[in-house]
Amino acid sequence: MKHLLSADDLTTDEIIAFLSMADHMAEVNARPVPKVPALRGKTVVSVFFEDSTRTRLSFETAAKRLSADTMTFSASTSSLNKGESLRDTIETLSAMRVDAFVVRHKSSGVPLQITEWTDACVINAGDGWHQHPTQALTDAYTMTREFGSPQTLKGKTVAIVGDILHSRVARSNVSVLTKLGAKVVLVGPSTLIPASATEWPVNISHSLDDVIADVDVLYMLRMQQERMETAFVPSLGEYTTRFGLTAHRASRLAEHALVMHPGPMNRGIDMVVDPADVPGSRILKQVTNGIPVRMAVLFTLLGAGNASQLTQGTDL
Amino acid sequence: MSKSAAELVFQNASIVHPTGVEVGDVAIAAGLIVGVGSGLTGKKIIDATGLHLSSGFVDLHTHLREPGKEEAETIETGSRAAALGGYTAVIAMPNTDPSQDCVAVVNFVRQKATEVGLCEVVPSACITVGRRGEQLVPFAALHEAGVRIFTDDGNGVQDPLIMRRALEYSRDLDIVLAQHCEVSRLTEGAVMHEGECCSALGVPGWPSIAEELMLHRDIELVRLTGAPMHFLHLSTAGSVELVRRAKADGLPVTAEVTPHHLALTDDLLVGFDSVFKVNPPLRTRADIQALKDGVADGTIDAIATDHAPHAAHTKDVPIDSAPPGMLGLETALGVVNTALDVSVVRLVELLSWNPARIAGIQDRHGRPIAVGEVANISVWSSTDTWNVSRDEMASKSKNTPYHGMKIRGKVKYTVFNGELVVDNEKAVR
Repeated sequence: MKHLLSADDLTTDEIIAFLSMADHMAEVNARPVPKVPALRGKTVVSVFFEDSTRTRLSFETAAKRLSADTMTFSASTSSLNKGESLRDTIETLSAMRVDAFVVRHKSSGVPLQITEWTDACVINAGDGWHQHPTQALTDAYTMTREFGSPQTLKGKTVAIVGDILHSRVARSNVSVLTKLGAKVVLVGPSTLIPASATEWPVNISHSLDDVIADVDVLYMLRMQQERMETAFVPSLGEYTTRFGLTAHRASRLAEHALVMHPGPMNRGIDMVVDPADVPGSRILKQVTNGIPVRMAVLFTLLGAGNASQLTQGTDL
Repeated sequence: MSKSAAELVFQNASIVHPTGVEVGDVAIAAGLIVGVGSGLTGKKIIDATGLHLSSGFVDLHTHLREPGKEEAETIETGSRAAALGGYTAVIAMPNTDPSQDCVAVVNFVRQKATEVGLCEVVPSACITVGRRGEQLVPFAALHEAGVRIFTDDGNGVQDPLIMRRALEYSRDLDIVLAQHCEVSRLTEGAVMHEGECCSALGVPGWPSIAEELMLHRDIELVRLTGAPMHFLHLSTAGSVELVRRAKADGLPVTAEVTPHHLALTDDLLVGFDSVFKVNPPLRTRADIQALKDGVADGTIDAIATDHAPHAAHTKDVPIDSAPPGMLGLETALGVVNTALDVSVVRLVELLSWNPARIAGIQDRHGRPIAVGEVANISVWSSTDTWNVSRDEMASKSKNTPYHGMKIRGKVKYTVFNGELVVDNEKAVR
């Protein structure tokens, strides 16, 4: 595998391989010195054209724990402000002989376009409403490990709640979770579910109350202020009434059910209840798991792809 | 004039008349057709055995980009592309910079094209000043300057009051308004057809209803005002049905379709290649079938290229900021000949006779192949297949969506005002 651009490109076996590699990486992370020389001499550059906290830091931490050199490109202080084009920016960075680009952009398709302009690996860290494959792998990792079923999510029901239309996380998760056998229910107002989602391998519901008691995972999405301004919902208040996770709704969850959220949360809108008060909440666990999963991705794409390399341990 | 005085003779050509195809020779001298028959000779003789000879093609919808975007195309390079595509006349769209909303700019375009002399460039003009949808252009002055088609192409005229007044006013003059049907509020930020592929790719969609709503409104305004209207580059099944009903009601409407809307579908965008981004967008197989049915039953009057050159660096950007548009002039015959299952006579009607009439230039283009007529002629093969290469385009830009595809149908010779401007697939200058 040269690039990781879309969860749609991954086979079930490739997904399972990433998840089991992440187990090895989690073991590395648990060591007193959580660092291995697997990617020594490799250079990973994070190219984030859009704001990010957890994804960017998660990738950079993952790269450092594999001993890769990291560079951070910050759009706001770059020559983009002098009118340099995206293509010229990528070709310039590429000329510094980087081995991998980790790319976040507000426009769908940019990571794929970048593969035309560089010989380096390209990893999609979120493009527009399109894809965020490492988030979906992280979420699948979190679910499978919580349920103790590393190979499959067969028999599990995952409800993804909120603004599906504008969500790269939803698109990626539908792809990964259904490949692992989960039954996915998309929950949201009709305005925020793509019309063609009826062709996706999912069920669709417009009532969170109808589905909440029957889910194994409740996956909440961020609801943004600007959606109200373009008439997708009448008001954020009404959105919260129908689709927000309130304490009352949380009390109807099955005892074993997990609550997840890719972050950032919009407290009081999509998350009304404090997640700290929800026993099933794995929202911070998702962040923790992001590191071994991204280590697995970097190592698979850039390294020898052989887990035995990791046993060399800490002899740096 | 004696037969031997002819400057140029096509021998043994399959001459396309409205009544059918007839094999014969065509002799040309001093800008005119001077002989149609057999055994004709002249100074330059071209064996046209197996080739169709028809009136030159007329493109209702060409973006030449000059003045303003000469890095993408100039009147010269666009005229060359047109001639190579068999066109003897193209209607230049008015979204130049400055726009063709006044006599000075219109005259500049015509003057430049006359100097180039590879085809006739017929300027259209905007409906509103600067295509801003607010103030009407000086219709009478522009009519006096020879403009017959008015359009804000690229922007539909959104304001129903402006469109109503423009239609009413246009009745005083021998002109036609052409509408780009798009309710812009429904297509904000749109990248591609709103459908399955769009949902999967996570880009804003351009719904069919945005075209059909505007088309429906304007058909009703035509019903109200009685003024004629031409509908540009229709792309949806619903649009074909609306025009079909309007025509059945006897309304003075005409419609065009582009080669790419007859041949290409929205799923080509799956790789985020902005060469396939166009406005209106590529649609579905069902839309293509409906458009073909509309072509077959006469609902659609003309094939128009919407030739829209863009410099590579402007397309090499994130797809949501790439400008829409694709090349069309040099591939039009091949693409429609490959995509459509219609007679040669119908093909020439779509490419030449009807667009010449809609454009109001039927006094010199789309004429019969007969003695005394102006020699605006295209000679082409309907069976030759060729591989399209963006590197071999005469256009200054390379944004052809057909790169690497094989199409059937190729222009061999083009005669403009009696001059052989394309000789054996090569432009003479």
